[in-house]
Amino acid sequence: MQLIFEKSVPGRAGVMLPGADVPDALEIPADCLRAADAELCELSELDVVRHFTGLSRLNFGVDTGFYPLGSCTMKYNPKILERIARLEGFSDLHPFLPQLRHGGMLVQGALHIMHELERLLCEIFGMSAFTLHPMAGAHGELTGMMMVAAFHRDRGEKRTEVVIADEAHGTNPASAALAGYSVVAAPTDPDTGMLDADRLAGIVSPRTAAVMLTNPNTLGIFNSRIRDVVEIAHRNGALVYYDGANLNAVLGKFRPGDAGIDVMHVNLHKTFATPHGGGGPGAGPVGVRKDLEPFLPVSRVEKRHDNTYFLEYDFPKSIGYIAPFYGNFGVCLKAYAYILLLGAEGLVETSENAVLNANYLMSRLKNIFELPVKSACMHEFVLSARKQAENGVRALDIAKALIDEGFHPPTVYFPLIVKEALMIEPTETESKETLDAFASAMRRIADLAVTDPERLRQAPSTTPVSRPDEVKAVKDMNFRA
Amino acid sequence: MSYIATTPGQRAEMLRACGAKDVSDFFDVIPADVRAPPLAVPPARSEWEVEALLRRAGRRNYFHLLNFLGGGVYDHFIPAAVDAVAGRSEFYTAYTPYQPELSQGTLQAIYEYQTHICRLTGMDVANASLYDGGTALCEACQVALHATGRSRIVMDSGINPVYRTMVHTYTANLSIDFSEVPVSHGRSDRELLFSALNPETAAVIVQNPNFFGVVDRHDDIVSHCHERGILVIQSVYPIAMALLATPGETGVDIVTGEGQSLGIPLSFGGPYLGFMATRKSLVRRMPGRLVARTVDAAGRDAFVLSLQAREQHIRREKATSNICTNEALCALRAHAYLSLLGREGLKRVARLCHAKANYAKNRLDAIPGVSVKRSSPTFNEFTVQLPANATEVVGAMIERGVAAGLPLGRFYRGMDNYLLVAVTEKRSRYEIGMLAETLESTLCS
Repeated sequence: MQLIFEKSVPGRAGVMLPGADVPDALEIPADCLRAADAELCELSELDVVRHFTGLSRLNFGVDTGFYPLGSCTMKYNPKILERIARLEGFSDLHPFLPQLRHGGMLVQGALHIMHELERLLCEIFGMSAFTLHPMAGAHGELTGMMMVAAFHRDRGEKRTEVVIADEAHGTNPASAALAGYSVVAAPTDPDTGMLDADRLAGIVSPRTAAVMLTNPNTLGIFNSRIRDVVEIAHRNGALVYYDGANLNAVLGKFRPGDAGIDVMHVNLHKTFATPHGGGGPGAGPVGVRKDLEPFLPVSRVEKRHDNTYFLEYDFPKSIGYIAPFYGNFGVCLKAYAYILLLGAEGLVETSENAVLNANYLMSRLKNIFELPVKSACMHEFVLSARKQAENGVRALDIAKALIDEGFHPPTVYFPLIVKEALMIEPTETESKETLDAFASAMRRIADLAVTDPERLRQAPSTTPVSRPDEVKAVKDMNFRA
Repeated sequence: MSYIATTPGQRAEMLRACGAKDVSDFFDVIPADVRAPPLAVPPARSEWEVEALLRRAGRRNYFHLLNFLGGGVYDHFIPAAVDAVAGRSEFYTAYTPYQPELSQGTLQAIYEYQTHICRLTGMDVANASLYDGGTALCEACQVALHATGRSRIVMDSGINPVYRTMVHTYTANLSIDFSEVPVSHGRSDRELLFSALNPETAAVIVQNPNFFGVVDRHDDIVSHCHERGILVIQSVYPIAMALLATPGETGVDIVTGEGQSLGIPLSFGGPYLGFMATRKSLVRRMPGRLVARTVDAAGRDAFVLSLQAREQHIRREKATSNICTNEALCALRAHAYLSLLGREGLKRVARLCHAKANYAKNRLDAIPGVSVKRSSPTFNEFTVQLPANATEVVGAMIERGVAAGLPLGRFYRGMDNYLLVAVTEKRSRYEIGMLAETLESTLCS
């Protein structure tokens, strides 16, 4: 499709703007003005709407079809949430209103929702307090790591390392490094798919500030020795950070707080059904146990005895501001509405069906592709295309062939510890018919890997483009028109 | 309500296929001593009940005030077409475009967005988005620290005070040395700024227009810094960029800003849009996603995520940043906004903001005891000195339906009587009159 800039017609306008109802003087010195106008488009409203509608048709979302992208929890997002986020009582609310005198009283509706969502997250995950400020999962990890650092500093301890499972999301080590820590990898037992608690004991030391853990992990395996992991960390004076990327598996089944987890984040855009937006916005609230509360970022929402709410900034041990305001409030609002819609039972059903769907799909696929970890999975599972790769068909080829079958591919080549990984997360909102259709497509592809591998290497053939040249992209570095 | 399609009959069939008796079998791996108790979460509610409940909560907010609040976030007009195109669920129910064949829509939109940011700022390369203006500034500091291998950052008090505290938070564990120098007459004080530099200085941060709304041109700061190997980071207000000398023209190295003004609702602080643009030489240190234009095997134009070797999912602890999920949908809104407003429209919005702010200055300055700070030129936001505590005055004006501005006492010592007033294109002459009249009568009472 042509770039929008190529469609521009000089003299055309997309928005009618009134003239000035005040003197239209420009009182800025000439040397502070730009030399030439910005080269923006000149298009009508219809031109722009058609352009974007055209672009949208080149896209594939959960509303288009099955999107089993492992680790991303691409579940259906109820439409009512969109309507709620657009309510003018929230969408037109300026975040500096609380700075006016009695300002908290001007935003009681918003503060009530923030307070209630924090309370619900505490209940669902067994933590003592939550902050809604982090704007994505990785932002939550960084916030958590900064709190870990503040905690140790407050005790007069200088710890330098963070221990992270080798299967963890790349954001974990990146967040730990940003907070000033060096990263030590802890191995996963290849047979059980779990962090090897015995070997962990030899890695965690008095230098360890925290152990970062994802449970269930990126292989979709719940680590039943989580108590041991926590005990090993605590015995060494280290804290345990729980990456909540995979919480969709355990709602109402397991609460990190009950296992002694010190700090955690939850990706609202995964577990609580706020749409992923083509790569955001998300939200990554962070929860802590009691003795880490003083380190939470400011501001915090507090409730008075008369049931009114206010923002409190006076926490001398706080790590400070990690966001200018209160996080992605609009995303939090959707997640709150989702929890109200589902209720306690709905949350439990969500996880039960996410896990049932994953196990069912795994049972349909485990004889077609290699299953590196044999045990029952939680919300997702990882297959290996190693057998197919011997015949020259790699995980990427299988992913591309799935596109021709009408499906979004799973996550490929992650986790890094599985060769030719295909990481599949069906989520609870998909029907058996969809899972069956996907399994049949995977069967056809596995057959083709034997009979006609070349065809798979040429896939996809039904899309507007096929396998863009990434090497050329890096060489040309064409990032703008 | 749980949005699940599986019928009881299908569930039984699926369990059989898994060799399980009950769905609880799958959760046997969770040791009994860490099993969750029944959740104390209220029972399910219907869609209309939840909507009514939240509608009521929304009505308890004072969203309808006549708004002169700014401070980096502004009440600008949003064309309906922005909502319409961003409401296409092919965009908002997709995730990061890892599979380019199914994501050309998102990818081309990001490429066009990157182009828009570059053209607006005069820079070479823009990324696909960051969380917001504050975290974007923090990321820019990381770029500068790594690019120079130095450890000191110098900024002036014209930088958004919340952003300044965020920069401190983000570097608290990294042995970074800071210097903050005050502004003079609302502008960057060259002499003080330059005297704060030393050989360990990685970057100087400036803001244009700055937090007081003051417009400046930073060429002299840039050349002074570049002679010393220091990078200059500039935080900007994108609407003002339609008029002001661009960071590209001024020689700035890294530009960041809050993109909320570009078609994104106020939403009590987020989701917003952080943007970042740099000179080409810094592209490999850029945080976040970057979309490149290339071709496919058949020679067709195509767009892909590029230079991914910078990113956390490849480089892990050696990545340029930990960012993964960013604000793609907000970037799409900004792109649609800029496309609709276009060349003349964006300039018109900027001129309207500026003209109306000037009118407001004159009206407020005419009030006895009120003095508008006029020593430096401003864009659409300005500082007013009141004869009384600004928080008290503004609080009293709320009862008359006016949010008159942001009291500065909380952010600047000794400025308890100062108010920061922002005016956008949406405020009419009549409404500005109401601001002035309400302020005057409040001060008299």
